[in-house]
Amino acid sequence: MEILDYAFMQRALLAAVLVGITAPAVGIYLVQRRQALMGDGIGHVAMTGVGLGFLLSWSPVWMATLVSVLGALFMELVRWYAKTRGDIALAMLFYGGMAGGVMFINLAPGGSTTNLSSFLFGSLSTVSESDVTSICLLAAFVVLITVGLRRQLFAVSQDEEFARVTGLPVRFLNLLTAITAAVTVSVAMRVVGLLLVSALMVVPVAAAQQLTRSFAATFAIAVAIGVSVTIGGTVTSYYQDVPPGATIVLLTIGAFIALTALAAPLARRRARALAAAQPGGDPAECAIPATRKDRDEVGA
Amino acid sequence: MTEPVIALRGVRAELGSRPVLRGIDLTVHRGEVVALLGANGSGKSTAVRSVIGQVPVSAGEVDLFGVPRRRFRDWARVGYVPQRTTAAGGVPATVTEVVSSGRLARTRFGLFRRADREAVRQALELVGMADRAKDSVDALSGGQHQRVLIARALAAAPELLIMDEPMAGVDLASQAILADTLRHQVSEGATVLLVLHELGPLEPLIDRAVVLRDGCVLHDGPPPKAVGQHALPGHDHVHPHAPAGTEPIRTGLLS
Repeated sequence: MEILDYAFMQRALLAAVLVGITAPAVGIYLVQRRQALMGDGIGHVAMTGVGLGFLLSWSPVWMATLVSVLGALFMELVRWYAKTRGDIALAMLFYGGMAGGVMFINLAPGGSTTNLSSFLFGSLSTVSESDVTSICLLAAFVVLITVGLRRQLFAVSQDEEFARVTGLPVRFLNLLTAITAAVTVSVAMRVVGLLLVSALMVVPVAAAQQLTRSFAATFAIAVAIGVSVTIGGTVTSYYQDVPPGATIVLLTIGAFIALTALAAPLARRRARALAAAQPGGDPAECAIPATRKDRDEVGA
Repeated sequence: MTEPVIALRGVRAELGSRPVLRGIDLTVHRGEVVALLGANGSGKSTAVRSVIGQVPVSAGEVDLFGVPRRRFRDWARVGYVPQRTTAAGGVPATVTEVVSSGRLARTRFGLFRRADREAVRQALELVGMADRAKDSVDALSGGQHQRVLIARALAAAPELLIMDEPMAGVDLASQAILADTLRHQVSEGATVLLVLHELGPLEPLIDRAVVLRDGCVLHDGPPPKAVGQHALPGHDHVHPHAPAGTEPIRTGLLS
């Protein structure tokens, strides 16, 4: 394949695969705890990091990581302490983050908003050698947390109150989820861009759930979809000269629509199989007389 | 008698600025089955939630197994069954996956071994849900869902079971199974504190009933037999959804 002859495409494809794995791996916990848009918020905050990176001539990926981790920690703190005005605080954080990014990048010598656009929408040719190293390290962290602590993160995301009574360190795990989401944003920023990161966290998970009954299967299929669309989008972007981020996101939404269309007949077949497996005698019918005796004794 | 499993002394709690508990004393001894009764808003859910540390206590003391709750760390001894809500996660999960999270009280951050899988399977057997182990929890009825939540609490083999309205919205078949499950746990020596709206099919199991009204203990003693707690002096049975003037409906289902 001639596409692999170019060093920049090798780097881009490696980054794309890592994004395809990490974004749904974190996204599934965000979807589970119904914070699907958290990734979007962190993406906005990360813009300040990119701007600061330019201004201070530091690596934008590491600066974005730092700032988005701080932003994610702040969001968790807001979730704990601010009950009513929480959403206002978050709105200020998001738009402040975006405005900060634009401001810092324009203050940077020779910087303008054009520099920002490759971070907002993704760009393959700009993935540098050092970016790849950073992305690999950050992605390793994300996989370690999301797979290694899957039981603990599942429990906390499913039922926070119950998780606390099992003695799990719920606050620590919530912070860890937020940090991991922030790190994922930095991983994905080069390939899909900050404004489209959230789509890759959420849509593969939503697409996978159309087919699945278990968390484990949803996780596996979401990651498979993630990797397929990021590779597909990167390759398409190379041959057709279209922006990679937008291509990847549109492919993901396409996958969602295709799987949803597939799911309806599948669910019907499952229901028929279930009905065939339990002929007649619903256990509920047999149990009613036994319980009725108890009821009669109580309700004298 | 041995050291109490749960001891509340003069516990007060507020939700917002509204006092919900106004100095409650409650003691549950080892092997006892205690029902916490009372009308909606009497503070019974808040009382159990203060035991497990989900509601801040503004005054008084809460001890679990003789240890002040703030220093209590041995959560594997406590099995909690929250009030069943519709708040399922946003991602599908199987019955086994949900019940396995109860086992984390024992495994914590360690490996999930064969013994843990076996404990999960046994918990599902106990509530009669072993045949649904691979099904999505979204596909279950209210009663089946409640049985899964109880299995989740049982997966850690706790000594103390705390249940918040375990019979609410549960079909009759599941009520009978839940009563059997509870009977089995009690025969194995478990201690149980449960919040109930009325005694229902669990009545024969209950050693003692504590009735709350307006955040105060109104009655602490043998469960009100035959006549039900409705006959207790001063007990208001509030049915906000029932038309005024109707007789309490006694279907055996909890309202």
